[in-house]
Amino acid sequence: MDKNLRWRAAAILAVVAISVWGFYPPQKKVRLGLDLQGGVHLVLRVQTDDALRLDTETTMEQLREAVEAKGLTNVTFAGVDPTRFKADGVPQGQDAAFREAAAEVETRFNRESGTGGSYTFVMKPNMVVQLREDAVEQALQTIERRVNELGVAEPIVARTGAAGDQIMVQLPGVANPQRAKDIIRSTALLELKLVEDGPAGTKEQLLQTRGGVMPGNMDVVPGVSDTGAPGDRTETVYYMVRKVAVVTGRDLRNAKPSLDETNRPAVSFSLNTDGARKFGKATGENIGRRLAIILDGRVQSAPVIEGRIFDEGRISGTFTQQEVQDLSLILRSGALPASLTYLEERTVGPSLGADSIRSGVTAALGGLLLVVLFLLLYYKLSGVNAIASMIINLVVLLAMMSYLDATMTLPGIAGFILTIGMGVDSNVLIFERIKEELAAQKGVKQAIAAGFDRVFLTILDTHVASLIAAAFLFQFGTGPIRGFATTLSIGLLSNVFTSVFVSRTLFELVLSRRRAATLSI
Amino acid sequence: MQIFTQPNFNFIRWRWHAIALSLAVIGAGLFFMWSQGGMPLGIDFKGGSIIILKFEKAVHEDDVRAALEKMPGEKVVQQYGAASAREILVRLPQTIQTEEGGLLDRDVKAATAALQQSNLGAFEVIGTEVVGPVIGAQLQRKGLLATLFSILGITVYIAFRFRPSFAVGAIVATFHDILVTLAFLAFFGYDLSLNVVAAILTITGYSVNDTIVIFDRVRENFRSMRRDSLEHIVNTSVNQTLGRTIITAGATLLSVLALYVFGGEVLKGFAFTMIVGIISGTYSTVFIAAAIAIILSRQREQARVPASPAADAPAGGARKPKNGKSRAS
Repeated sequence: MDKNLRWRAAAILAVVAISVWGFYPPQKKVRLGLDLQGGVHLVLRVQTDDALRLDTETTMEQLREAVEAKGLTNVTFAGVDPTRFKADGVPQGQDAAFREAAAEVETRFNRESGTGGSYTFVMKPNMVVQLREDAVEQALQTIERRVNELGVAEPIVARTGAAGDQIMVQLPGVANPQRAKDIIRSTALLELKLVEDGPAGTKEQLLQTRGGVMPGNMDVVPGVSDTGAPGDRTETVYYMVRKVAVVTGRDLRNAKPSLDETNRPAVSFSLNTDGARKFGKATGENIGRRLAIILDGRVQSAPVIEGRIFDEGRISGTFTQQEVQDLSLILRSGALPASLTYLEERTVGPSLGADSIRSGVTAALGGLLLVVLFLLLYYKLSGVNAIASMIINLVVLLAMMSYLDATMTLPGIAGFILTIGMGVDSNVLIFERIKEELAAQKGVKQAIAAGFDRVFLTILDTHVASLIAAAFLFQFGTGPIRGFATTLSIGLLSNVFTSVFVSRTLFELVLSRRRAATLSI
Repeated sequence: MQIFTQPNFNFIRWRWHAIALSLAVIGAGLFFMWSQGGMPLGIDFKGGSIIILKFEKAVHEDDVRAALEKMPGEKVVQQYGAASAREILVRLPQTIQTEEGGLLDRDVKAATAALQQSNLGAFEVIGTEVVGPVIGAQLQRKGLLATLFSILGITVYIAFRFRPSFAVGAIVATFHDILVTLAFLAFFGYDLSLNVVAAILTITGYSVNDTIVIFDRVRENFRSMRRDSLEHIVNTSVNQTLGRTIITAGATLLSVLALYVFGGEVLKGFAFTMIVGIISGTYSTVFIAAAIAIILSRQREQARVPASPAADAPAGGARKPKNGKSRAS
């Protein structure tokens, strides 16, 4: 055996050994996609307009306070759209005072003058971009925290979409998809606001005492009646509350499930230093009044403040045990800066995934068996060579999948099966050429050498053409399709190696031991 | 063993018949799609919901359909997998115009509730898929871009590696295969899903493979058979590569057939697309690609008439592969 050949044989053995070591045992080393192991795939959109609207409203309130401090009490404010608000009725003589008050706002908003003492404030474009970006990033982090608290193994939370406002969440092996979905989507905006009036049966009742007009610094918020059974949310009451919250979810330090004085499930929370200071001041000044605990725009309960409280509180209401647990989880992970909308949901139950694995593996083995029989029948002993290089190809493919930490999906298994077909294609190209060369009365060794040499470029061209298709499939594909593109690409690459290098070395190894006059092909 | 020893079929004589047949199949397919209001799109592209249910006792599809009578729009209810698995797939059309909050799975919830109230017995939801309008449009765009870019990429590669007219030939054959595959998908009632698009792109790669191999041989034979007529050269090339064409197609078909038979419901559409595509690809390699080779070469020959015959080595002389090796199967 010549030295060169020995080196090549050793290289092939080394590749096989490293490959087998790389993917064995496959149950542990090959990562399965959601379609095979079961789980939830979600795509959400962050309604970034919410974050803009919130900022615009906060700025408007700031300006209102600043303007009122200058003694301009007749100016009215109104939001126009998420990035715009309007101030009307600035008296002509006090225009300068108004502008002075608005100076601080103008670092972030452009002021446009209208007629008759009206101004429109428009958020600066770079602010809009920044706020949208922040909102998506914050939402991403919040969702990550929530998903981690759910205790899912190896979750994926990532930004997607051309506009960059979509978030993809993959939760492998989640048993209760609905609960996961609810927890992820809850805005969990907690606000504690002082109650001015209520509870009342209708909105109108609350407005009646004020002549039907809503005061500018007040809000009417619906709530749940305190008297229902756990989980009951049917009876609605209304509260008139102060617009400005005493504390919000941002001031929270921790939240955990507990019980209230009547042993109903409740959530206890503690506030951070800043929150405790604000809370202590507000509760101390308002003993005897009600404090509304508002979650996502609904009053959960409105207990009477009985004394000064600093850093502890409790949210009670008609909660079930599960709701209390989920609520504490959500509050701990922080509020979302904007609401979320589900755009896509796919759930695969564990049994469906197991079925897919079974049918995928059966199809792969069935395909392999058919092809092996065909090769043996058609190419006889040379077929063994083709089979060996095909199997080495599959081994290398599996190993690359696990080294690259690529995900195996059901379409990925299809890519696996196609790799079998491609391996055959290359071998057929080579073998048919060898046959032709043999027919042209060349010796066995020359025929084999000519066969491999002449076909090499064709194999390269056909593989590159397929790789181009696979690359674009990967670029534009999602989830399972990406798995297909990955397997196909790796299969194509390793097939060039096995069909050209491995197969040829095997031929030459066999022929180096004897002077063959004929070839079993 | 040899399938063909010295094959000598006159494929070229049948080229106009073949082109007519292809046009007829493609025309019928297009007409069929048009009569149905376009290629039927799966929920990946059109949006909508799919629910896969496993019933405790055997149920009939019609009973499930009856239980869902109140749900709006056109529903599909079909058995999923083997009958013994007692699994049913329900497909509901898109009913929401824009996604809002947690609205997306409204139809899934409504359908599940309707089934719970029916007397079909206990069941378990083992899988759901809901695609809203935004993602549907997004996937449509991505699928289209992936297909276009793949074809463009392959065209550029062939034009770079061979010559532009070869690229045109390969692309005509590829479009032929895509259209024939779409026609058969429509005839057999398969929806265009992401998996099917992936299969179509794979077919693109395959179809080009075959064409490259034949064109390669035509180029090689132009050098050795200069005195023969163009038709004869092309016909000989097709015959010489016939063994390889049939064996490759046969072997690949075997593995894809295994996928169709054992691969389960999810991969049915994918495997079906591959089967049609491989058959069409083989057919187009033998008949269509060869016909195009003749048409394109004729034009080249006509353009070459004024030049002295000895000065130009047809096909390849000037553009021989750099290492001088001839390339063929």
